[in-house]
Amino acid sequence: MVKEVERAGIPVVHMCTVVPISLTVGANRIVPAIAIPHPLGDPKLDPKEEKALRRKLVERALEALTTEVTEQTVFDVKK
Amino acid sequence: MGKIKVVHYINQFYAGIGGEEMADHRPEAREGAMGPGLAIQAGFKDEAEIIATVICGDGYFGENLEDAKKEVLELIKQYNPDLVIAGPAFNAGRYGVAAGTVTEAVQNELGIPAVTGMYIENPGADMFKKSVYVVSTRNSAAGMRDAVSKLVPLALKVAKGEEIGSPEEEGYLERGIRKNYFTDKRGSERAVDMLVKKLAGEEFVTEFPMPNFDRVDPNPAIKDLSKATIAIVTSGGIVPHGNPDHIESSSAQKYGKYDIEGVDDLKEGEWETAHGGHDPVYANIDADRVIPVDVLREMEKEGKIGKLHRYYYSTVGNGTAVASSKKFSEEFSAEMKRDGVDAVILTST
Repeated sequence: MVKEVERAGIPVVHMCTVVPISLTVGANRIVPAIAIPHPLGDPKLDPKEEKALRRKLVERALEALTTEVTEQTVFDVKK
Repeated sequence: MGKIKVVHYINQFYAGIGGEEMADHRPEAREGAMGPGLAIQAGFKDEAEIIATVICGDGYFGENLEDAKKEVLELIKQYNPDLVIAGPAFNAGRYGVAAGTVTEAVQNELGIPAVTGMYIENPGADMFKKSVYVVSTRNSAAGMRDAVSKLVPLALKVAKGEEIGSPEEEGYLERGIRKNYFTDKRGSERAVDMLVKKLAGEEFVTEFPMPNFDRVDPNPAIKDLSKATIAIVTSGGIVPHGNPDHIESSSAQKYGKYDIEGVDDLKEGEWETAHGGHDPVYANIDADRVIPVDVLREMEKEGKIGKLHRYYYSTVGNGTAVASSKKFSEEFSAEMKRDGVDAVILTST
């Protein structure tokens, strides 16, 4: 799906947990996520911390979208 | 040579430990064959024996690739096997990645022959078909008998160091390896034969298939986020409560387009996931964990982004055919482009 969005001329960032899969399917901007059933959250945290974590991940995704890339690039999130 | 000693790698599901709720199961080893290993053992007859089965939950493996690989290798190593078989994983994505990772690591790091099996569209197939033998299976466990009938002879040949035939002969996925051989017809003659067949509209077999590189170049970056309309797309199956479009929990045949105007937070009981390939509990309690509507709405209010697009698009990426997801995405991407979407955040579970 990510490739077709890109092909349509829309920059896209893929947020997913298993980065090798994302690389294989051809995503160009990738942000590694937390876990498969909850990529942008962590049920172990209290709701406030969890939302802060999600915000950090989304901010990283937006950074990826505002960064020029020429090849597949993984935008890690600092822990 | 006595009996070939085999270690078999499977996931928590095939080990009978449990489904998605047990996907975090840590690596462990058990003596003897179990689950699909019983069919493989039957295929081996007296030539080989599965002495142990190593099990790991697909979720644990997928989320801790490096650690899981190390732990599984340690478990395998203690049995000092002559051969390792992983899977078959059919079209289970995380299982395919795990089986491929284990097979490659056993072969390259332990120096022990190893084979696996999966469906050609499994993401693990593209990742590992060049480095290891991946037997081509059907897309579900209904193809177990067929998978075992190909895995067993190939595994035995690999273990004995015998010559391996072509992908068509042995039933494994093409590895992109060219092999020289002697033939009584020289190249020019074979080329003309092929051309004549092609002109006559007959089938012909190329001697050098072109690799299929389907890559799309990255689009230019967004210049000014504060003016950009951001849309959300997900393969995590987030839908309004009750799944009004009946998006299938696996092998999805459709996608949904949902209005989130005025929605600041995805609340339990109003939004849920239709995804059948992982434990749905976390997404059902808070769907923002899969599509970050709450955070993007907040950033919209703060002026950090121009606008959160009024609609998001959702399907279930669980054994869904590549052709289907390509078609869905072509449709809604054209629509988003028309609607003035500047950038997309696509989340996957």
